[in-house]
Amino acid sequence: MGRRLLVATRKGLFTIERSGSGAGWEVVGVAFEGDNVPMTLADPRDGALYAALDHGHFGSKFHRSGDGGSTWEEVAVPVFPEQGPEDVETHPFTGQPQPWALDKVWALEPGGPEEAGVLWCGTIPGGLFRSGDGGRSWALVETLWRHPSRKAWFGGGADRPGIHSICLDPRDPGRLMLGVSCGGVWATDDGGASWDCRASGMFAAYMPPEHKDDPNIQDPHRVVRCRDEPDCLWAQHHNGIFRTTDGASSWHEVASDRVPSTFGFAVAVHPEDPDTAWFVPAQKDEKRIPVGGKVVVTRTRDGGRSFDVITAGLPQRNAYDLVYRHAMDVDDRGEVLAFGSTTGSLWVSEDSGDSWLAVSEHLPPVYCVRFSA
Amino acid sequence: MARVVFTQNIQRHVACPASEVAGSSVRAVLDAVFEANPRARGYVLDDRGALRKHMSVFVDGDRIADRVGLSDPVPEGAEVYVFQALSGG
Repeated sequence: MGRRLLVATRKGLFTIERSGSGAGWEVVGVAFEGDNVPMTLADPRDGALYAALDHGHFGSKFHRSGDGGSTWEEVAVPVFPEQGPEDVETHPFTGQPQPWALDKVWALEPGGPEEAGVLWCGTIPGGLFRSGDGGRSWALVETLWRHPSRKAWFGGGADRPGIHSICLDPRDPGRLMLGVSCGGVWATDDGGASWDCRASGMFAAYMPPEHKDDPNIQDPHRVVRCRDEPDCLWAQHHNGIFRTTDGASSWHEVASDRVPSTFGFAVAVHPEDPDTAWFVPAQKDEKRIPVGGKVVVTRTRDGGRSFDVITAGLPQRNAYDLVYRHAMDVDDRGEVLAFGSTTGSLWVSEDSGDSWLAVSEHLPPVYCVRFSA
Repeated sequence: MARVVFTQNIQRHVACPASEVAGSSVRAVLDAVFEANPRARGYVLDDRGALRKHMSVFVDGDRIADRVGLSDPVPEGAEVYVFQALSGG
């Protein structure tokens, strides 16, 4: 079961561990204290740790640790290629020129088990980058970047669109599924040689009616894939919760009236059971706060037909915790879960979400929570 | 030769000691600095080689005009300051 967590925050990368006696979880270390850490990854293949730093004035950087976080080295960060005169593009709404330059690292995932050193990185603007050497160099996946439909993507919460979810197919690491805000779900079955948008069934109530069902402008806030049933994916979408059981050929909305809200960012799927998924809802897009000041986790165990609303161990009054899209994770057995909030709370469950324990309520705003072997 | 001085704020991330380099434009001067200190380039310039959004360069007390091309002239003996606007919380 998961016993160690990496928690990337606005002001540092924290390591949280379960104490040997089982008495609880505690902060055992912090790296990059005071610095903005939007993304982290513990590579299950070689144990390497990665942290993306956003220095604001000085841009985004990547650091890697090969010794469990004792020491870190700065490695390469994705860089967009030179923008030729024919590559000029403008923002679809403002008409402002859009430079090919990295704004933010928004997703980081390991390649397949046999692909040592392969990493995938999603960025704002909407670039997908591949590293074959553990982040020491990166190459833009030009087939996606130069896909004509890519220019129709637009920003959701950020000014520019970005790739926040990268879901490898455990059966074949050449099959990737991406979540894009706002650009729907994109997939390749041939290692990135060709791409197509697979968001049919999603809808966007915020768009003019004629664009509501356009797959390429959908805003899936987060997309996750069931490890043992990879044709099943869940999306916490701007407009609700969607699920596919056919490898994203079609999506369908689930149980829109059964939970306090279907708005939110985070979703986790049980690695073994494609019918079980967890969410942390917020009131709605205009009010990104827990409904009624109560933090709840919603869980379905029947593919979205019904939801449990779980409150045990979570604050039920005057709570304003919002949970970002990367800030919830489930361990590789589906037993231990953790999530962190914008107000610096971190909760862990050891019973598949039935009850929760507050590890800290005083961390910096939490961006990313991940189990580390 | 021009003397290039970097903000104290950047030193926490990458050492950028003051240096004397040759060059008659901001681009040429910075290229010379980054040739000796390649890791610093990405902290000051973005993917396109333009000045990062919240960075500023002054030549002999005047803010440069060309933040993308860095074509502003650097006279012999000039002082070039590379610094940032502080913000955040």
